[in-house]
Amino acid sequence: MIPLQPPRRLIDVQIDGETVRVPEGATILDACRAAGKDVPTLCYGDTLTPKNACRVCVVEVEGARTLAPACSRKAEAGMKVGTGTERARHSRKVVLELLGSSVDLSTTPRAAEWTAEYGADPARFGADAATVAQPAKVDNDLYVRDYSKCILCYKCVDACGDQWQNTFAIAVAGRGFDATISTEFDAPLTDSACVYCGNCVEVCPTGALSFRTEFDMRAEGTWDESRQSETTTVCSYCGVGCNLTLHVQDNKIVKVTSPHDNPVTKGNLCVKGRFGYGYV
Amino acid sequence: MSYDRLTHPLVRENGVLRRATWDEALDRAAEGFRRNVARHGPDCFAMLSCARSTNEMNYIGQKFTRVVIGTNNVDSCNRTCHAPSVAGLSAVFGSGGGTSSYQEVEDTDVIVMWGSAARNAHPIFFQHVLKGIKNGARMFAVDPRRTGTAQWADLWLGLNVGTDIPLAHAVAREIIHAGLHNRAFIERATTGFEEFKECVEPWTLTAAEQVTGVPAEAIRELAHAYARADRAQLCWTLGITEHHNATDNVRALINLALLTGHVGRYGSGLSPLRGQNNVQGGGDMGAIPNRLPGFQDILDPALRARFESAWGTSIQPRYGRNLTQMLEGMAEGEITACYLIGENPVQSEADSLACVKRLSMLDHLVVQDIFLTRTAQMADVVLPASAAWCEADGTFTNSERRVQRVRKALEPPGEARDDIEIMCELARRMGHDWHYDGAEEVWNELRALSPQHRGMTYQRLAELQGIQWPCPSEDALEPPYLHGRLWADDPAERGLPAPFAVLEHSPPVDLLDEEYPLRLTTGRRLDSYNTGVQSSGFASPLRRGETIELCPEDAERLGVRAGEEVRITSRRGSVTAPVFIDPALRPGLVFMTFHFPDEVDVNSLTIEATCPIAGTAEFKAAAVRVEKLVKAG
Repeated sequence: MIPLQPPRRLIDVQIDGETVRVPEGATILDACRAAGKDVPTLCYGDTLTPKNACRVCVVEVEGARTLAPACSRKAEAGMKVGTGTERARHSRKVVLELLGSSVDLSTTPRAAEWTAEYGADPARFGADAATVAQPAKVDNDLYVRDYSKCILCYKCVDACGDQWQNTFAIAVAGRGFDATISTEFDAPLTDSACVYCGNCVEVCPTGALSFRTEFDMRAEGTWDESRQSETTTVCSYCGVGCNLTLHVQDNKIVKVTSPHDNPVTKGNLCVKGRFGYGYV
Repeated sequence: MSYDRLTHPLVRENGVLRRATWDEALDRAAEGFRRNVARHGPDCFAMLSCARSTNEMNYIGQKFTRVVIGTNNVDSCNRTCHAPSVAGLSAVFGSGGGTSSYQEVEDTDVIVMWGSAARNAHPIFFQHVLKGIKNGARMFAVDPRRTGTAQWADLWLGLNVGTDIPLAHAVAREIIHAGLHNRAFIERATTGFEEFKECVEPWTLTAAEQVTGVPAEAIRELAHAYARADRAQLCWTLGITEHHNATDNVRALINLALLTGHVGRYGSGLSPLRGQNNVQGGGDMGAIPNRLPGFQDILDPALRARFESAWGTSIQPRYGRNLTQMLEGMAEGEITACYLIGENPVQSEADSLACVKRLSMLDHLVVQDIFLTRTAQMADVVLPASAAWCEADGTFTNSERRVQRVRKALEPPGEARDDIEIMCELARRMGHDWHYDGAEEVWNELRALSPQHRGMTYQRLAELQGIQWPCPSEDALEPPYLHGRLWADDPAERGLPAPFAVLEHSPPVDLLDEEYPLRLTTGRRLDSYNTGVQSSGFASPLRRGETIELCPEDAERLGVRAGEEVRITSRRGSVTAPVFIDPALRPGLVFMTFHFPDEVDVNSLTIEATCPIAGTAEFKAAAVRVEKLVKAG
């Protein structure tokens, strides 16, 4: 017999001196958000197991030797957390500088804002700093992989792999600075196991994975989020009842996402729900 | 091919469809209905309502049929898929919905996927199954093909097409003989156990192995795992329901749940996975010939009286015709006018050539759709509608009975209009001045008449991301599973007991012989959908057009190679398609879909033998032969 989970107890945690109450098992990030603190995150995914790869969410925990990644460290009763201490801010600044110097963060939401906020200067490593720049991979009509924007957060690998889709079309190839997200033998997606659910696009934090529509419109200069509306509705195909958020610009659907807190989809869709709207 | 959206009304003139104004088209549509009803009475009218449209549209659709026309001849394509599930479940439990929520699949111990390629046909439901497996559940796949679903199973039971009842009976017999049946539950909550026991008695593991092709040991393992599990979910789709004895198939599965007490508890239940986004809702809204909105029996005078006083009309105290009977009625000249909304029977019905013939015998056919489908091309009047899921407001009801909000995100193209608005315009022309200030007002009318929807205000539906029916109260929620009453100590609360069904094995109607030696079964592929009208609109890298899938052994025996064009012939029709080799098939079994009817009309091969209770055709079991095409010269 598989036991159902017992109810969770509540614990008190101090965030920047303010006490918040969270369920046992919550992370420091959950507690920070409950306290209304804006802690930056990149590799964190609300539907994924924390990988704590990017380190942009680090906070200072009283009594701990090292900074703690807020996204993965569990909150403990009585824990005292500082979200904006000098040490935490300095660490985030360096992380943003390292990322910003090697990766194209131009489509990463809030990257520019954080770079300014933490006084990060990605240019200080010099003009000849190594980058991951490479041509975008455009090998199908549904979505594009632009790995010059990839920060190796592994969210796409987890979404494609054992956490949701269980298709295992992509994984990490190479080591060290040569590590990249790749299909088997770096084949085009059309020769891979990919089933085009787009759940990797859903979780990508930087725009390295994007809808073909978005990629093309950005290239044409017509992509304009300020003119887009988002409407959550229900998929037009089978009877599972997946929730879709339609991003509409000029009365046209330009991309489809899925609400992460929905009990049916939990942020995931299949190829028809994600891309099969061409008929309207 | 891909279809363009309909942007303006069309009317037939001198045999050709031409552009018309809305007024002209609506007048013509209403006049035709009036003319036919005056000549032949209201029962000459048939409505095919739409399983892809909102609950609100389906409510108005059946109200139009019952109030404006005065007949109960309203149905939809649920007849071609899950009507047997609805018929079977409601016969046993009094309610036609699946009994469990998706979350329960994650929290169960044993999952049986019977006749369901959910990994491809319902991928997001299958993610819940995968979570269940990761949480430790054992999964069994019962399917003639070793599908993507079967690849995730602990055990695949590859049965011969159409032998579900012998397999279920053997599972039941094994459970009874091993003493694993739930005696307390059977005694308190069921009837007919002794007769059932007698009817499964001949189905020993050995006898079942011979008929089903499933090794006795595998049947035994499924029986013991299912019966011993603390919680177990039994899920099925069209592999069970698209047979000539489909309601019996469904009853055979329900028998297993009754035998073990795997129903009416959290994590234990029965789940038919519905194939169209609102096929559950269409039936719930009364767009079926035997039920009023809220799945209320039309034969019950007290229920009828409530609707009669609300609608100010009398309702016929008898069942209308279902889709299958409507088509028969067309052939016999008894159905002469048809209002068809968003359905494409010309390409979705079994034995499609017969369907075309029948529709062409109508005096008056009005089609309301977003495309000029093959069916719409036959119409006298074509009314361009909006796409329910993104150009209208309303609600859909999914396979776990969750009613969810649908919202307008786009303006419909050209002159296309909202379904409800169109129907109200038609009603007005026929003497009924209906006015609804939006979909919410329609929903509130339904809530007032349907106890199981009463607590679902639009506001609550939005806040809670959907609510599962029943929801009789605005301040409370019911458990996510149905029929907990069966476990009540108090007999009054327990209500009517659930009857076991005594069932006989009935093999597929289309028999295999030397001329037609192969079993053709049909289904869906991941990236395409039904007649392909919707899914043709995006450039899927997975799409390869229609193929006939053969196992390597059959391909070798026939001397054909992958990609080679072959002729496939049944007793009804003949098509050609390229070969695709699929090792998931067993010798003697071939597979096709009906996603590309314009290129390969697979439904000209399928047989119209239908389930007498539910009216669903045996899409899953045609007899065919496959021939190598010998090129001339």
